[in-house]
Amino acid sequence: MTRFSAWSVFWNGLTNQMGWKPQWRTPELKADYDVVIVGGGLHGLATAYYLAKNHGISKIAVLEKGWLGGGNAGRNTTIVRSNYVMPGNREFYERSLKLWENLSFDLNYNVMFSQRGHVTLLHSPEAIDAAARRYNTMRLTGSDAEIWSLEELKRNIPHLNYAADARFPIFGAAVQRRAGTARHDAVVWGYARAADKRGVEIIQNCEVLGVTRENGHITRLETSRGNVGVKKVGFAVAGNTSLLWEMAGLGTLPIESHILQAFVTEPVKPLLDQVLVFGVGGANFYMSQSDKGGLVFGGDIDWYKSYAQRGNLPIVQDVAECALSIMPCLGRVRLLRHWGGVVDMSMDGSHFICKTPLDNLYLNAGWNYGGFKASPGSGWYFSDLIANDRPHSDIVNHDLKRFERGHTIDERGAGPDPKLHG
Amino acid sequence: MSARRLSHGGRIDRAKTISFDWEGRKLTGYPGDTLASALMAGGQRVIGRSFKYHRPRGIMSAGVEESGAIVTLGDGAWRDPNVKATTQELYDGLVARGQHAWPNLHFDMGGVANFFSRFLPAGFYYKTFMGMPPFEWGSGTGWWMRYEKLIRRAAGMGTASRAPDPDAYEHAHAFCDLLVVGSGPAGLSAALVAAQSGLEVILVEQDFEFGGDLLNQANPESETKRIELLSAIHTAGVRTMSRTTAFGLYENSVAGLVERVTDHLANPADYLPRQRFWTVRSKQTVLATGALERLIAFGNNDRPGIMSANAGRTYLNRYGVLPGENIIVVTNNDSPYQPALELAKAGATVHLIDARTTTPELEKGCGVSVKSESIPIKAHGSKGIRGLESTASEGIQSCDLLLVSGGWSPVVHLLSHRGIKLVWDAQIACFLPGDTDAPIHVAGSAAGIWGSKDCGASGQVAAAKALGQLGHDIKLPTGKISRGSGWDLPIKPLYEIKVPGRKLQSFVDLQHDVTSEDVRLAHREGFQSVEHLKRFTTLGMATDQGKMGNIIGMALMAEALGKNIHDMGTTTFRPPYTPVSLGALGGRHVDSNFRPIRRTPLHDWNLSNGAIMTLAGLWDRPWYFPREGETIEDAYIREATVARKSVGLCDITSLGKIAVQGPDTAEFLNRIYTNPFAKLSIGKARYGIMLRDDGMVMDDGTCWRLTETDYFMTTTTAHAATVMVWLEELLQVRWPDLKVHVTSVSDQWAGCTVAGPNSRAVLEACVTDPTLISNETCPFMGVIETTLTGAIPSRIARISFSGELAFEVYVPSDYGPSMMDLLFNASKPLDGCLYGLEALGTLRIEKGHVTGAELDGRVTIEDAGLGKMASKQKSYIGDVLRKRPVMLDKNRARLVGIFPKDRTQRFNAGTILCKPGAISGFGEGWITGATYSPALGHWIGIGFISGGFESWVGQTVVVADPVRDQNINVEIVLPQMFDPAGKRSHD
Amino acid sequence: MIRIPCPFCGERDHSEFHYGGDGSITYPALDAPTEDWLNAVYQRKNIRGVQIETWHHVNGCRMWLLVERDTITHEIHLVRAAHDGVDGVLKGRT
Repeated sequence: MTRFSAWSVFWNGLTNQMGWKPQWRTPELKADYDVVIVGGGLHGLATAYYLAKNHGISKIAVLEKGWLGGGNAGRNTTIVRSNYVMPGNREFYERSLKLWENLSFDLNYNVMFSQRGHVTLLHSPEAIDAAARRYNTMRLTGSDAEIWSLEELKRNIPHLNYAADARFPIFGAAVQRRAGTARHDAVVWGYARAADKRGVEIIQNCEVLGVTRENGHITRLETSRGNVGVKKVGFAVAGNTSLLWEMAGLGTLPIESHILQAFVTEPVKPLLDQVLVFGVGGANFYMSQSDKGGLVFGGDIDWYKSYAQRGNLPIVQDVAECALSIMPCLGRVRLLRHWGGVVDMSMDGSHFICKTPLDNLYLNAGWNYGGFKASPGSGWYFSDLIANDRPHSDIVNHDLKRFERGHTIDERGAGPDPKLHG
Repeated sequence: MSARRLSHGGRIDRAKTISFDWEGRKLTGYPGDTLASALMAGGQRVIGRSFKYHRPRGIMSAGVEESGAIVTLGDGAWRDPNVKATTQELYDGLVARGQHAWPNLHFDMGGVANFFSRFLPAGFYYKTFMGMPPFEWGSGTGWWMRYEKLIRRAAGMGTASRAPDPDAYEHAHAFCDLLVVGSGPAGLSAALVAAQSGLEVILVEQDFEFGGDLLNQANPESETKRIELLSAIHTAGVRTMSRTTAFGLYENSVAGLVERVTDHLANPADYLPRQRFWTVRSKQTVLATGALERLIAFGNNDRPGIMSANAGRTYLNRYGVLPGENIIVVTNNDSPYQPALELAKAGATVHLIDARTTTPELEKGCGVSVKSESIPIKAHGSKGIRGLESTASEGIQSCDLLLVSGGWSPVVHLLSHRGIKLVWDAQIACFLPGDTDAPIHVAGSAAGIWGSKDCGASGQVAAAKALGQLGHDIKLPTGKISRGSGWDLPIKPLYEIKVPGRKLQSFVDLQHDVTSEDVRLAHREGFQSVEHLKRFTTLGMATDQGKMGNIIGMALMAEALGKNIHDMGTTTFRPPYTPVSLGALGGRHVDSNFRPIRRTPLHDWNLSNGAIMTLAGLWDRPWYFPREGETIEDAYIREATVARKSVGLCDITSLGKIAVQGPDTAEFLNRIYTNPFAKLSIGKARYGIMLRDDGMVMDDGTCWRLTETDYFMTTTTAHAATVMVWLEELLQVRWPDLKVHVTSVSDQWAGCTVAGPNSRAVLEACVTDPTLISNETCPFMGVIETTLTGAIPSRIARISFSGELAFEVYVPSDYGPSMMDLLFNASKPLDGCLYGLEALGTLRIEKGHVTGAELDGRVTIEDAGLGKMASKQKSYIGDVLRKRPVMLDKNRARLVGIFPKDRTQRFNAGTILCKPGAISGFGEGWITGATYSPALGHWIGIGFISGGFESWVGQTVVVADPVRDQNINVEIVLPQMFDPAGKRSHD
Repeated sequence: MIRIPCPFCGERDHSEFHYGGDGSITYPALDAPTEDWLNAVYQRKNIRGVQIETWHHVNGCRMWLLVERDTITHEIHLVRAAHDGVDGVLKGRT
């Protein structure tokens, strides 16, 4: 495996790029593994990587039914932040952010994590107070957080709609400077390459078709590439979790699949240097500018449950309205593409990394809007769970039984309605 | 130079000259020109610069697939970046310039990237910029972010305006039986058949003229045919829309269209929107979207002066521009033969190089030489082509224009939006629509039918299929139309030219500078699925969405893998087909129409009485009523003081109001409120709490019993809509047996709170019968229906949010201002005042009453200090799940009041309550509201702390506010900070 | 845009409606065991294919509807009033 560096790029420039090797191998599926991770998205790959790196497990396979990163890993708005306030979420996302800060070096792959700052616009004194609770908690729990005055905001982002008679005048902003964006595909490939280097076998075009159980224990997975014996199994298949869960004979989950759309405009020269969030009057909108120059937008889910990886018009219009509302100069900028990803919306808006009714099956699911930023943390905690067969103390309440206990982790206070946890 | 305007021919109007500005120079053109045709006629070759290597680029097409001539239009707030010159109609005074180049198009410093291109292959950035020793070893993102700044500046394309877009946009809606997309022979024929069979048809065309490929023909018969068809469809009642792109196809045959209304006008009328976004709901769709001609990847195949063969023909026949005098045409199929002949006839020397062994026979003396079994190798010339190296001749054959035809790709994007799979047809080397049951029919060259006449016939077949699906009894036209019809000889697939031992820089995706080598690099590094190829190389992700290059990229990958293209699959095309302005998508739903503001019927009255307004959700509500020289703080303190001393009036119209009626209403209310409602007597109101199914507090409000079966419910402003929907769901879905009806009457009633010791006196002065307001006739929580002076019907309940003797008065909305006049005039002699949200907050915090700030959806009834309202005698919504262990935990954060230890200090809401010496972590609680309390004479707060008041008696707690302010010491008190026994409201 | 044939108003854009949720859930009695409530409130079949769901014609007749819809293709197979009695009146079953 070639180590990536300025030198290797230079040398290959002189030798017609002939020195590069496949970034990961294409192994055949073996008869058995110590750990099989189902799902070759970001969470599955990160889990395999940390299983190998942190826990010294060697016989690991990642099974992907299509191509690596073909699910939500490649369909998100690439935002990384840790401005969560609920105990459990706070520690989880903060650890994830810390892993992000060092990820390019750790993986020897530039994932282009740009800590350009995450700015949530605030539109009333009450909104500032509500944000202050969250951002104060972040500060007290070891993260970075700021409240910007209107003047400070104007200095940093000059061409927002600061009109006093704007529909929602801006009063200030809540800011996390360490937050930002990363190149989503690069993270997939970086984890795949680094996991592969540590011996993880990544099997693409390998769909799990059946689960064989004996006495509350999974013995074997049937796949489109043959059967595979397993000691431990991890599910990390956001969007399709319920299907696999049922295949394992486990009934229902507190999860619904919904469509979350993403949008990108034609590239323009640098216009916005931060991640901007606009959420007032029922709006739910965020934007940033990719390194290529396209403005990347995200909005609400499509409201109705869906497994179709495409979005619908009302949200497209809604997102354009939001964009124009905070940046009226965007009227002549054109939307280039919009697409949708199937997300697991959970009943309280928080994820699951937990043990299951089967003693060697572990679940990683329910990422709602938060899957991309969570990836390193998700891999870290999930690998820790699989290796040690017990949850880390930070995530003891990210289990399926939390509803029974009444320990919901509800960042928005929206209650048991998955579509409201945007 | 080469290209020149001919003295005759084309669809331009030479009688009128249009002048426009290109890069600061005055050029001219004619009506009917595009910016590209006028630039070409004006001898301009370098129009743009490529994305990555900043290579000079010229006009490469005559349509939406353009990836070279991309320019910036207009100035200032009207600046429009990334406009395709090939689709922009020329108008008088148009201002355009090149973009993505510094200092200018002809000498672009960014061009140095081209010299280093060997070090900048696809994905090079993933392999470096991970810190630069010795500055950064193994951690952090600082150095990467410095590089990123440079990368961002080098990337991007045009520069967007910073000023608000001054133009208006609008949304429109249409319905029809059949939507036909595209007005070439197929589309026109389909529309005609359908309309003549009685369907309502809408025909949309992205161009400014109808006719599609008929517009590009040299023979007069085509024009005659076009006019005939157009006139026939108009007679048949087809609604036609030009300058309108169907950019996306969505569920249930709903199409998104954008109509460019004024983009072609020099001085558009003020009332016209710039663009109009259409949502068209049709029953059936015919896609007659045509096909796009592909390039071939050979050395320097991106040089200005290289374009598609069909573009060459279009500039000649449609725009009257001879695009070159000394032309080489390279091809692997029949299609460029006709263009070659027409160009020769127009006076150019034309040499045709065909990769095939057998080539079509040409007449002697036609002016076109043909060399078979020959392929291009490398183009020469940098800012304009000078010659071509090919296998047709020794050395470099000079030319000033190179036309290329590598085959055709049907425009099947809209099908792809609907998730319909595409199938590779090896015979004619393109993706064709796969089979589908969807009500979408593809016709013409979009279905791989090349001949004009056959296209027309296939349009008729498509229309017949649509008619059939709509239940019309119609015979399908007979006669077989086969794919590839229109070509005499088969195509010889040719995607890339490789010469062993030579390094040719050949481009696959011209806009993103993806080269053939990049595709092979992707293969070498394991990025072998189509999606990985796209994401690794950025192939097909530029503004043309890979219309020209995707197929070549896939072919090269297939070759590297030793597979066929049809084993590769294809990427899914995403909407929009061509980019759509955000302005059009937003339409009029911007500025004040974005989430339209809600105002109470008292709005103007409040304003004329000096209100400063604030936003509360979507509502505009009075914040405070300052007297001269008062700050907001002065004002709210005065208002709250007056309300406690005398009387204050407050607009509460925004509260949700629901008429709950029917024989089972008492039972219904008893199920939805936590506290008993079965025995509420007529003429009484009750405060009630509603829980969600999960046992968390949903809303609080009051419910008044007016008669046996008629109740009047109030909700909070924030949850008015949610509660209404919830009640409807319960009654229609869960409890259909209950005979109850709910009606939202929020807009029907205007409301005012009259609060303070003098409130009764004020009301007595306003109601027709003052005796009704006495403590006996209207005790605490009493309800009366009466009239105010002037026979204003009203509902009055003695309810107190402020903790004072207080009444809520409701009148029909139109009487709102009259009610306010009455009440305000009656309160003036008593030194009463109006108060706004700020004082309302002060009064309620003093009393420890909760609002949305406390009831944030994560709070149990016990957390809110209202546990006594949870009945043990009955079951209600949320009752079961509220009793889960964690929710009953005594150590949960409970509602409390907060006093500063040093009573002169103040603190903020949104702060964290911590133990002294442990100011870190999640703390013990938080503050949701803070105010100066005129009644107590110091700052107070309301919030939550673990275990509630009892756990913190006599202890000091620290309020931490690291994001805004210093920490201060506080003590925890009971939430009812003022008049805890409630004597004042109970009289 | 999904077009929903509302039995009261005719075919309308889905944006006129508010999506309710899984329409196959039977909510237990108010005093039913905790387990029943947990199941009804939190557990979802999350069907990939045709499911029954509730929609509320919130910007129309304000009736709650039961809709059979395919969650992959968004094809709608059946729409009826959620309220059995009302549905009966519609279908002449009174």
